[in-house]
Amino acid sequence: MESEANKILDEVTQGDYKYGFVTDIDTEFAPTGLSESTIRYISAKKNEPDFMLEFRLKAYRHWLTMTQPKWAHLNIAPINFQEIIFYAAPKKKKEVSSLDEVDPELLATFNKLGISLDEQKKLAGVTSVAVDAVIDSVSVKTTFSETLSKHGIIFCSFSEAVQNHPDLVRQYMGSVVPYTDNYFAALNSAVFSDGSFCFIPKGVRCPMELSTYFRINAANTGQFERTLIVAEEGAYVSYMEGCTAPQRDENQLHAAIVEIVAMKDAEVKYSTVQNWYPGDKNGLGGIYNFVTKRGICKGSNSKISWTQVETGSAITWKYPSCILLGDNSVGEFYSVAVTNNYQQADTGTKMMHLGKNTRSTIISKGISAGNSNNSYRGLVRISKNALNSRNYSQCDSLLLGARCGAHTYPYIQVDNKSSIVEHEATTSKISEDQLFYCQQRGISAESAIGLIVNGYAKEVLKQLPMEFAVEAQKLLSISLEGSVG
Amino acid sequence: MLLSIKNLHAGINGKEILRGVNLEVNKGEVHAIMGPNGTGKSTLASVIAGREVFDVTGGEILYQGKDLQKLSIEDRAREGIFLGFQYPVEIPGVSITNFMRTAVNEIRKFKGLDQLPAGEFLRMMEERKRLVEITSNLTNRSVNEGFSGGEKKKNEIFQMAMLEPTLAILDETDSGLDIDALRIVANGVNKLRRPDNAFVVITHYQRLLDYIVPDFVHVLFQGKIVKSGGKELALELEEKGYDWIKKEQE
Repeated sequence: MESEANKILDEVTQGDYKYGFVTDIDTEFAPTGLSESTIRYISAKKNEPDFMLEFRLKAYRHWLTMTQPKWAHLNIAPINFQEIIFYAAPKKKKEVSSLDEVDPELLATFNKLGISLDEQKKLAGVTSVAVDAVIDSVSVKTTFSETLSKHGIIFCSFSEAVQNHPDLVRQYMGSVVPYTDNYFAALNSAVFSDGSFCFIPKGVRCPMELSTYFRINAANTGQFERTLIVAEEGAYVSYMEGCTAPQRDENQLHAAIVEIVAMKDAEVKYSTVQNWYPGDKNGLGGIYNFVTKRGICKGSNSKISWTQVETGSAITWKYPSCILLGDNSVGEFYSVAVTNNYQQADTGTKMMHLGKNTRSTIISKGISAGNSNNSYRGLVRISKNALNSRNYSQCDSLLLGARCGAHTYPYIQVDNKSSIVEHEATTSKISEDQLFYCQQRGISAESAIGLIVNGYAKEVLKQLPMEFAVEAQKLLSISLEGSVG
Repeated sequence: MLLSIKNLHAGINGKEILRGVNLEVNKGEVHAIMGPNGTGKSTLASVIAGREVFDVTGGEILYQGKDLQKLSIEDRAREGIFLGFQYPVEIPGVSITNFMRTAVNEIRKFKGLDQLPAGEFLRMMEERKRLVEITSNLTNRSVNEGFSGGEKKKNEIFQMAMLEPTLAILDETDSGLDIDALRIVANGVNKLRRPDNAFVVITHYQRLLDYIVPDFVHVLFQGKIVKSGGKELALELEEKGYDWIKKEQE
């Protein structure tokens, strides 16, 4: 019976990656490898002010003193940084100001990925979504910038922000994730090429969802993007990011930084659907995804909420975190992480309670299939002064099949007596009973697994903006095509 | 003939449970299968539905002339076989609406029909709920999650009403029900009875048969049907208990 169930699981989880195509575009590359001259090349390409180059060089020099961390439950083949291209940009003839001027190949690529860069094209009954489209190392188009600027909102590529709003960049860049933070953060700070910048002024509620779509296209190239979101007092924004990459036999490196700053009474919702190429069924190829995401609730009553659906990448190493500095501030982390075949994920969060009456919620749902390994790693730290703080953590693991692993590493540190921390964890399997019940109602094994997995992940999926939720549900089913035990 | 079971042998992990079952069911009929615990009643229901933990070691099951063993679990369901479970399983996070919609549409696809539009589907849900007299808000909850025993069984009847099976097998749907729930379950069956479908009601007690009047009653004992008769057989069993059967067999 066990073997029968495993067979069904295998069939269901052997789906193919749908975004593995390559676009043939004329691309300009930095010389392969990493050195100060690579960094100077990138900075010069982007025509950056001196403070940016200095920041990069300081980060690079610091990175040289560091070694790659080994504490995660991951088996990482050595990365040769001298074989990676750190900057790749589609060649453009001139500055792009309207859609007509964007390379049609690029538009076609994003259309194929289901991302519309056409502001006129709205989904019926759905509010429009502003998109910043990043391919390899550069942003190719940001939609609705003008509409948003009427509200005083700045939404543009990071490169543009450096040119047009250098003071804001200088003030906030590195303020949440300093370049000294960790190995991959230092690397990113040295070589990052683009990403999104978003600034919501005091009292403004952003009228539409903002999103960035990251696409790796060029071969042997790493993507190092950096996103910075600042919500001033009383501001609100909901932000989404999506990612895909072509199917290749070599591993590709993606090391990103996301920083969020929320002032008094501000709220930032950050949602991710990560679908980088996961490698093939035998574990060949796939993206190495090393990401540092952190937000600071600087002012009182502020709130930062991370929601992530992680289905892609050969290796995922990321811990979207909240520093709860302001009194009464709130941090949330909702995660669904799916690993299949030979994928490895070590993901979770850090909730640092510094202010009084701060609250955090962690809901993590791991789903493992095939020969994969899926770990939750989370830190909840309540400092001495964070009186009357609360954390609730729930970490569930669902195993599909007998060859995969699920691991939970919670770290809890509470330094005062008035705070309460709760941690719940479960491990379960899709039972033969559940499958039989569904099949007896005429539902195929594949649909049954899709239903059960989506039901299991519902608490997290319902946190996603509507535009993303449907996509995420489909993705969950597809990611597990070919898995029951 | 709707269902024809001939000399069926089946077991689990090498242990034989069914030892030559013969049963014939025609459209328009209600059959009751009774018997003491552990004689193979639930196994028979599972084997007809195609549950893979059981191995069929001999005999045959024909359903509308088709050899059931050649059909997958879901294809048997799509061909109109419904199993009302003795212990319905919980599926957390999956609403009954979503669950039923997936089932109805997969069955329709199998039959070459288009998907039922959402509005029409919801109307159908309401109508079937009324038909089987379910007033509670079962349909917005996750499948069987946190349901009481009675709610689970009512939910099985509701699903049966939604899927309109040709052959419905109810596996001890009456066990653990109070009298009101029992009446709802029985009413559901009675409302869905038609000349073109059939019911096999598996029960340990006679009391369900006060509400669902069977055309035939069979006694399953030690993996075989040892006695068949009309509805009066159930009463006889109630009166004399299963010891009578046991003695007869010895």
